[in-house]
Amino acid sequence: MNWDFIWKYLPMYGEAALLTVKIGLAGIGIAIPVGFFCAVIQYFKVALLRRIVSVYIEISRNTPLLIQLFFIYYALPKIGIPTNPSVCGVAGLAFLGGSYMAEAFRSGLEAVETVQMESALSLGLKRGQALLYVILPQAVSVSVPAFVANIIFLLKETSVFSAVSLMDLMFTAKDLIGQYYKTTESLFMLVVFYMIILLPVSILGSVLERRVRRAGFGS
Amino acid sequence: MPDLGLDVLFKGKNMLRLLGGLWTAVEISLIAVALSIPLGILLGIIMTSKNPIVKAVTRIYLEFVRIMPQLVLLFIVFFGSTGALGWNISGELASVIVFTAWGTAEMGDLVRGALISIPKHQYESAAALSLTSAQTYIYVIIPQTVRRLIPLSINLITRMIKTTSLILMIGVVEVLKVAQQIIEANRMTSPNAAFGVYLAVLLIYFILCWPISLLARRLEKKWG
Repeated sequence: MNWDFIWKYLPMYGEAALLTVKIGLAGIGIAIPVGFFCAVIQYFKVALLRRIVSVYIEISRNTPLLIQLFFIYYALPKIGIPTNPSVCGVAGLAFLGGSYMAEAFRSGLEAVETVQMESALSLGLKRGQALLYVILPQAVSVSVPAFVANIIFLLKETSVFSAVSLMDLMFTAKDLIGQYYKTTESLFMLVVFYMIILLPVSILGSVLERRVRRAGFGS
Repeated sequence: MPDLGLDVLFKGKNMLRLLGGLWTAVEISLIAVALSIPLGILLGIIMTSKNPIVKAVTRIYLEFVRIMPQLVLLFIVFFGSTGALGWNISGELASVIVFTAWGTAEMGDLVRGALISIPKHQYESAAALSLTSAQTYIYVIIPQTVRRLIPLSINLITRMIKTTSLILMIGVVEVLKVAQQIIEANRMTSPNAAFGVYLAVLLIYFILCWPISLLARRLEKKWG
């Protein structure tokens, strides 16, 4: 292990990690509201929109992110939709993540018994109010584990961004391996940086899960 | 109507070549799944052990493999092992190793989850009937866990197929690589080929994975 080499290229990895996290967070930040709206549309069985949402969910869940990115980055410009690497990364991650988040919210919403909705309505709450004050607080606590698992999954998926020429961690590692043949050092740093990004989320996830389980209603 | 470059797909053997590229990835996924399922079942059973060392070792393996992006694992095996062990490993072999290791971890966790979801009284009743522990597993526990596991294992197949698209990044010629070659070859005659070809690749993956997902969901509802 050549520590001088590691020291020298540490800032480069730091920058790449920052890019990974930035694009990852932006993508996830969009995916959450997208998923939320999709789940609510399916919950209330809104005509037509519901069909569109389910087509979107099936396409997004049954194709790999790498292919989605290639399509956004190389194919869309051909029909006049311009794109650049960062936008493509965020859009791809949001497209993929939206459906996963929708499934997480949906399972939470479905876990809340119908009697809750009926009771809320019989108390004179509007459907929107019932959703906001009665259903959601219970649904969210059920979907937390799936929600955190999705965030980890999406952060992991960011590793394919180098395919659309974003200079992320994978790109940096591959670049250094190609240039200096310092394979062990480059891969070591790659693993360390992914650990730094993913381990805290994973730990936070298990802490949250334990908390939420205690907050569960009625069980 | 802009030129969508769809004509390229029907030129010569282009469609067949794409499907051939897809097969490379699917073949690797199928081999990996075939290896992961028995290994995962074994790992899952080992993980229910009470021995703290066994528990710790399997836990670390599981957490590491699951937390690292699969592409990082591919890089470690493909580039790292070449440097560290001095052998020359093909991209295909590296992929099979990585996806088997990953699949085993995922499957192991599913099996463990299914096993611990079996209520304790099942084991106790079996013991009370003086079944040996092998008999308990074969006649009592496994039949109950299998129903839970089949839909989840089918899901693992689609996840595996989707994830093997990553092998492009370690230089295996699969569907995306073939797509790039086709686009490159038709650059002059059909400048918009990228749209048609990548759309086709997207649809091919969808057509492949969607029925499998539907099957898994149906089984999950039926047996869940």
